[in-house]
Amino acid sequence: MTRSFQVSLYRAAHGRTGDKGNRSNISVIAWHPALWDTLVEQLTEDAVARQFAHRRPSKVTRHLLPQLRSMNFVLDEVLDGGVNDSLNLDSHGKALSFLLMDMPIHVTPELAVHLVGSDTAD
Amino acid sequence: MNTDPILRVGCAAGFSGDRTDAALPVVKALVASGGPAVLIFETLAERTLALAQLARRSDPEAGYEPLLDELLRPVLGLCLQHGVRIVSNFGAANPTGAARAIAALATQLGLRMPRIAVVGGDDLSGVSQRPLLASAIGSEVHALKIVSANAYLGAEAIADALLAGAEIVVCGRVADPSLTVGPALAHFGWARDDWDRLARATMAGHLLECGTQVSGGYYADPGYKDIPGLANLGYPIAEIDADGDCVITKPPGTGGRIDEHTVKEQLLYEVHDPAAYLTPDVVADISQATVQQLGADRVQLRGVRGHARPASLKVNVCHENGWLAEGEISYAGPRAEARARLAAGVLRERLHGLGPLRVDLIGVSSVLADDAGRSLAAQEAGSARDVRLRVALNHPERRAAERLGREVTALYTCGPAGGGGVRTALRPRLGTVSCLVPREHIADGFRFIDPDREGATA
Repeated sequence: MTRSFQVSLYRAAHGRTGDKGNRSNISVIAWHPALWDTLVEQLTEDAVARQFAHRRPSKVTRHLLPQLRSMNFVLDEVLDGGVNDSLNLDSHGKALSFLLMDMPIHVTPELAVHLVGSDTAD
Repeated sequence: MNTDPILRVGCAAGFSGDRTDAALPVVKALVASGGPAVLIFETLAERTLALAQLARRSDPEAGYEPLLDELLRPVLGLCLQHGVRIVSNFGAANPTGAARAIAALATQLGLRMPRIAVVGGDDLSGVSQRPLLASAIGSEVHALKIVSANAYLGAEAIADALLAGAEIVVCGRVADPSLTVGPALAHFGWARDDWDRLARATMAGHLLECGTQVSGGYYADPGYKDIPGLANLGYPIAEIDADGDCVITKPPGTGGRIDEHTVKEQLLYEVHDPAAYLTPDVVADISQATVQQLGADRVQLRGVRGHARPASLKVNVCHENGWLAEGEISYAGPRAEARARLAAGVLRERLHGLGPLRVDLIGVSSVLADDAGRSLAAQEAGSARDVRLRVALNHPERRAAERLGREVTALYTCGPAGGGGVRTALRPRLGTVSCLVPREHIADGFRFIDPDREGATA
């Protein structure tokens, strides 16, 4: 077993937030197919719910699209009411993809070649 | 009716407020292709229609896309000359008014008069529609001060208008992908229950409907996702084949990039269950879809499947929803964060009892945080040297909401040292209630506009 190391999710994947009402969806798209299994293993519904704990999502649902090496997270009631009621400057929650992309994940050394950027660049 | 295997659909706007110089390169590329082509503008977000209804209340001739003239003027002549048809929801709350404005623009530019069709049936804001809304929402609908109520129409009326010879189709609320499905349905003559093909065209429309979000816009992240030419992005064109599969591309010589990653981000944008993307036309299923780069700025989408369309149409009801009050003030230099936090405490005390107050320390913690302040409370006070304090609250009464602005302004003399740059804003809020209405209750259809006969208040 090789020793894994920690990186931020944005080095392994990218994504975008969409909103409808009080619900947010955030895509996670692997930069490389070799990273897919690691993402599936670590980006669980529970792990994402923890990352968004202060936004109190009532439910987090993960949809996998293996042929696109992509997954889609749906977070219910995470927008403080959304554009109708939220007091947030970003009432759509458009910035939330970067909260998800900030999550730490662990990758094995042989996957390092498939990561983008570096952790010192943020 | 047409044997050309490819229909090109170019999109020159992804929302009301998009760049208005987008269309010309798209139309030039469509013309250069030589084949059948349609130009679409998507200009209606969820709440744009309510704002348009408010505009129409104060001016019966208003209520359509305010930038209609800027969007169309550069390309109307070229489109008419080369048979590029135009389909858009820029009619908003007043499609007939938009059609008249287009006719007037054609006259002003010395062009021949285009055949303009208006799609209607989406507007359910009239008093006569109230029982229908009550049956869908419940009796609480009678307590709402309704600003707008619109059903999301599908592609059929658009297709029918095009088949009847319309050169320009002006819609109010239609589902965004239907702007693309309508032209495809008319061009290829698909059966209206050919769910697989309708679903493929729907996802082509989905990739187009946010403009440059598929071609590098809203994607760039320096060092990670570098995109050339963000100041001159190319708007997307879908090349749709007879099976509904598509290749997404953009005009030559424009900025941006289309690759598998930009397409995947937009493919999943605002999708919930990828196996059931609901539209009025079809339930699209992208769970088996694939994207493949065919060349520079050319990506193919395949493998989309479709299931029978929903029996009901989604209706959005927008209503008056009190007031949003906001105020900001900046602190900079030594102990800026401490002074901003002190000011926040003062405002909490002064506005106590008025309603939940949101506090942002812009530069320390803002848009990722929650309204209740859990996130900010959990964060230790730091030593940021450039902080903009923002406070916000909702209140049903205007007079009460106005207090927030006054208290923020009073920080000039009563608050911590060195606060500057106060800005306050007070805005009416709109609430939205969504419901489902059986489609047989919605009478959608199109009619042609005769610019010589239309009365000014038709």
